[in-house]
Amino acid sequence: MFKKLSFAVIVIVFAANNAVAQKLRIDVQGVAQPTPVAIVPFGWEGNSPAMPLDIAEVIKGDLRRSGRFSPIPENDMLQKPTDGADVDFSDWSILGVEAVVVGKVTQVGVNAYSLRFQLFDPFRQRQLVGYQIPASRGTMRGAAHRAADMIYEKLTGIKGVFGTKVAYVTAEQQAGRERLYSLIVSDQDGENEFKIMESKDPIMSPAWSPDSRQLAYVSFEGSRSSIFIQNLRSGNRFQVSNKPGINGAPAFSPNGKKLVITLGGVEGNPDIYVLDITSRQVKRLTTHRAIDTEGTWSPDGDHIYFTSDRSGGPQIYRISANGGTPERVTFEGSYNARPRLSPDGTRLAMVHNDRGNYRIAVMNIERKDLLVVSAGRQDESPSFAPNSDSLIYATRQSGDGVLETVSADGLIRQKMASGQGDVREPVWSPFPKFTK
Amino acid sequence: MSYYKIFAIAVLGALLAGCPSTPVPDPDPSDTTYDGGDSASTDGMDGFDGQDGTVIDDPFEQLGTVIYFDFDSSEVRAADQDLVAAHAIQLNDESFASVRLEGHADERGSREYNIGLGERRAQAVRQMLMIQGVKASQIQTVSFGEERPDAMGSSESDYARNRRVEIRYTD
Repeated sequence: MFKKLSFAVIVIVFAANNAVAQKLRIDVQGVAQPTPVAIVPFGWEGNSPAMPLDIAEVIKGDLRRSGRFSPIPENDMLQKPTDGADVDFSDWSILGVEAVVVGKVTQVGVNAYSLRFQLFDPFRQRQLVGYQIPASRGTMRGAAHRAADMIYEKLTGIKGVFGTKVAYVTAEQQAGRERLYSLIVSDQDGENEFKIMESKDPIMSPAWSPDSRQLAYVSFEGSRSSIFIQNLRSGNRFQVSNKPGINGAPAFSPNGKKLVITLGGVEGNPDIYVLDITSRQVKRLTTHRAIDTEGTWSPDGDHIYFTSDRSGGPQIYRISANGGTPERVTFEGSYNARPRLSPDGTRLAMVHNDRGNYRIAVMNIERKDLLVVSAGRQDESPSFAPNSDSLIYATRQSGDGVLETVSADGLIRQKMASGQGDVREPVWSPFPKFTK
Repeated sequence: MSYYKIFAIAVLGALLAGCPSTPVPDPDPSDTTYDGGDSASTDGMDGFDGQDGTVIDDPFEQLGTVIYFDFDSSEVRAADQDLVAAHAIQLNDESFASVRLEGHADERGSREYNIGLGERRAQAVRQMLMIQGVKASQIQTVSFGEERPDAMGSSESDYARNRRVEIRYTD
C-alpha cells in the first residue's frame, strides 16, 4: 500500500518547539455586567530592567476574556502597591472594584524566579488568596495563568481553564487548487501557537489524550484516510488504523487505553469500533447499514455516544461501551450530530439544525432540554472546556472559518480569529497534569 | 451569390460542429434535465440529416470523470449512467486498470458525517461498476467528505458542484 507514496506526498511532523509567528486574536463580546476588578502592575526585583513577562497583563487578559470581569485601567488606580501589607482598602472600595490583585516577581537565580500574588476583597477588607509560584523564564507564562486560575476560582467558584490548550486544523489556500493543511496547538488565549503536523492532504478530527500528551487525528496522506497518534513533545507518531475504506473520528477513552473510531471497510458502511491502542485489536459495536460515526466516550467510561442516521437523518445515540443495543438520545429537530459530553457528565453538546442553520446546541442530559448556544449558519465541532463551563466551536465570519467560545448557558460568546486561513475543528485540552 | 454560399456553408459548419461545454451541475435538485456527460461526442449530430449511418466516436476523446449528485442523495442520476457504463467498459477491457472513486459532500453539517455521505456516493458508483462486471479489486473508494471542495463558496450552486464523485485512474 505505501509503495504508492512514491509521488507527491509531503507530510511534515513537528516536535514541541516549532513556534508560528501569527496568533489567534480574541474579540470579546462579553456579558451584560462584568465585575470590575483591579489587577495592579506587579513589582519586579531582578537583574534585568524589566521582568521577563508582564504578569498583570496576562492575568488581566485571562479575566477579561472570561467575559465575567472588567479590569480597570491603570490610570484610574489611586495606589499601586506590590505587597498586600501596603493595600489601602478605601482607595479601592471608592472605585467600586470588587477584587484587587497585587503581586511581585523576584529573581532568585540565573533562570529562577518567584511569582507572588495576593487577592483582596476591598469591601470585606480581607485577603481571599495568597500564593507564591516558582518559575523559570520558560514557565513564567504558565505560572501567570495558574495565578489567574486561582483568582478566578476564588471569585466565581468555577475552576479556571487559563492554563489549558486548544488544538485545531487550518487550511490555507496555495497556488492553484492546492491547500496546505496544518494541525496546530496553542494556549487557550492564542499564544504559543505551534504546528505539530502539516500536509497537502486534509487533516481532520484531532482528539486529546486524557493526559494531554498526545493527539489522535485523521490524515489523508496518500489519498486515503488513516488514524495517527502523535506525541506532542517528541513529534513521534504512529499509525493506529489504516484499514481499507474510512478510518475516522477518533476519540480517547477516559483511561487513555482505547480509541473509539469509525471504520467503513470495502463496502463503505461506516460503523463504530473500539480500538485497543496497544494491541491494535478492534471490537465492532454497531452493524447497522446506516452511517454510524462520530463516537465519543462518556466521562465515566460506561457509554459511547455517536451519530447515526438509522432513523432517516442524523441523530445522537448511545450504546454501552461493551456493546449492546443503541438507544436514541436526541428527539428534537431533524439533524443532531457530532456529540460531545461535558467532562462533568451533565451536558451533551452537538451540531443541531435550527430552522435551516447548523448551530451548536447543549442538552442537559437529565432534563433532556435543548439550548441553542450559537448564532451562525455553519457552526460545528463543539468541544467543552475541562471545567465544563464553556465550549469552543468553529463558525464562519465573512466566509472564513474562525473559532468562538461560548459559556455553557449561552450567555457569554467570544470570537477568536486567526490570520492563517480557514480555521476549523477546535478541541479543548484536558486540565494539564503537572508531572515533575 | 458566392458570398451567400460561403455564408451558408459557414452556418452549416457551425451547426454541425456542436459546441463543447463543461458540464454544469444543476443547482436545483428537482430538475432532472441535467446532462452530466461530456463524453457524448455525438452532440448536435444525431439525426441531423435524417439519413442512415452510425457515428464513429473520437478515439482520443477523454471520458468525463466527475459525477454530480442531488442534495441528500447518493443516487446516480439517469443522465450519468452512460458515463458510468463507459468507464465499466474501459475497466473491463483493461483488467489491470484500476480506479479510485473519490466521494465528496457539500459543507453543510458535521464533518465526519459528511465523510459518510461522500462514501455513500462513491459506493453507489462502485456498485454500478461492479454490476457491469468490473472486479472489486479494480476499485478503491475514498471519501473526502467536505474537506476537498471544488467550489469554495456557500451558494447552492457551489454546494451542487461539491456533491460529486471523481473517478481517478490509478496505476
